Amino acid sequence: MISDPIMRLEDIEHRYRERVVLRVPELNILPGEIFAVVGPSGAGKSTLLRLMNFLEKPTRGRVVYHGRAWTPHTLPIALRRRMTTVFQHPHLLSASVARNVAYGLNVRGMRNGREEIWRALAEVRLTHLAEQPAHTLSGGEAQRVSLARALVLNPELLFLDEPTANLDPGNVRLIEESIRRANETRGATVVLITHNVWQARRLAQRVALLYEGEIIEIASAHDFFSHPRDPRTQAFLSGDLVY
Amino acid sequence: MDTFLQGFLQAIRLIFARDPALMEIVRLSLGVSGLALLISAILGLPAGIVLGLKDFRGKKLLVALVYTGMGLPPVVVGLTIYILLSRQGPLGGLGWLFTPKAMIVTQTILSLPLIIGFTMTAIAAVPAALSLQLRSLGATQRQIIFTLLYEARAGVLAALIAGFGAIISEVGSVMIVGGNIEHKTRVLTSAIVLETRKGNFAMAIALGVILLSITFSANWLLLHLQGRLDPRQ
Repeated sequence: MISDPIMRLEDIEHRYRERVVLRVPELNILPGEIFAVVGPSGAGKSTLLRLMNFLEKPTRGRVVYHGRAWTPHTLPIALRRRMTTVFQHPHLLSASVARNVAYGLNVRGMRNGREEIWRALAEVRLTHLAEQPAHTLSGGEAQRVSLARALVLNPELLFLDEPTANLDPGNVRLIEESIRRANETRGATVVLITHNVWQARRLAQRVALLYEGEIIEIASAHDFFSHPRDPRTQAFLSGDLVY
Repeated sequence: MDTFLQGFLQAIRLIFARDPALMEIVRLSLGVSGLALLISAILGLPAGIVLGLKDFRGKKLLVALVYTGMGLPPVVVGLTIYILLSRQGPLGGLGWLFTPKAMIVTQTILSLPLIIGFTMTAIAAVPAALSLQLRSLGATQRQIIFTLLYEARAGVLAALIAGFGAIISEVGSVMIVGGNIEHKTRVLTSAIVLETRKGNFAMAIALGVILLSITFSANWLLLHLQGRLDPRQ
């Protein structure tokens, strides 16, 4: 049985000035899945994520979440707080690692989240740096803090925008483990934006190719990588898609 | 050189003797400038935040006006306020001329653009993407603003330091609108002018040393606070 989507994009078109940067007639995110969106730089992946996280309003179309269409202005704060994004750049606050991880809890008025903070830090193996000022961290450590800051909120929907871009293999492995655990143990539905097809293959159950603002193909990870239907998907996977 | 030494020694004597006339002048100086700084901060911090965060039609013109205001000649401000508050002026009915109220208004006008300008620059220097990150973490608009203000705290404190420094040491406008009336509107800077005119240089230098000490102490306090708040220092 196919479950109802947790999020649905309908007839989306998004423009910057006059240029159409995204056109998605329909896209469903299913509860409990890891859904990866792959595509070259400039394909509109990050824009898609910002629309899904209600950080930007599409020029046209509807983003339906829990059965109702919302915009960034109409989305109730309670629903907004059921989702979060880990961006490519961590943008940590100039405070300690623990205080960074606590931020989302604090804005929710949860002051006694010590155990949750510790658990989230343990998941990204950073408990030993809890009291360290965030600006002293390496790029990989900072990104793991950014992930812990999201995990501690137990989000229903976790959006990841190129979470391992420019990181070393050790940090990539750690972050991928945490993403998998967030999905399996914490029950988060994950939307992963990446240009790394290998990462999508390792993590996702469903994969979509976004190219020049349009979704070219959506399939199960197995079909997407083993039997891509669209020639552009084939070209992207083989590295022949020049962009 | 002798005059400087005498002035310095007299400053020490006056401070330790807690000279009542001096204490009155110091209290009024701190009261007028402190209140002007408080009003400027209440008005200027939100204005600086809006200018630092938002893009809107006419923003460039507003920013240019703020920058111009940062270099306002105090005597011109004093003269304008004098005309407005004088008996024939539109605000003459208030009866504020030659009172501390007029001095507070003048000093507020002088420090406000500095606080707006420095706050705006400090807030604008925080990466714009941080707002999106905070929103995505569930912060409300108000929580985002407070977080951005906290992130820009070093610059915001610099705004307060600049605002206070500009008015505590200012003499032209307070002389015009305050009149340097003994027991009423005499502050450190106007007292220095008076003592100099009287040829009482040692006393003038003594008051100058005290003024510098107050400015230094206030700045030291704010810098200390800045250092404590900023983990990079």
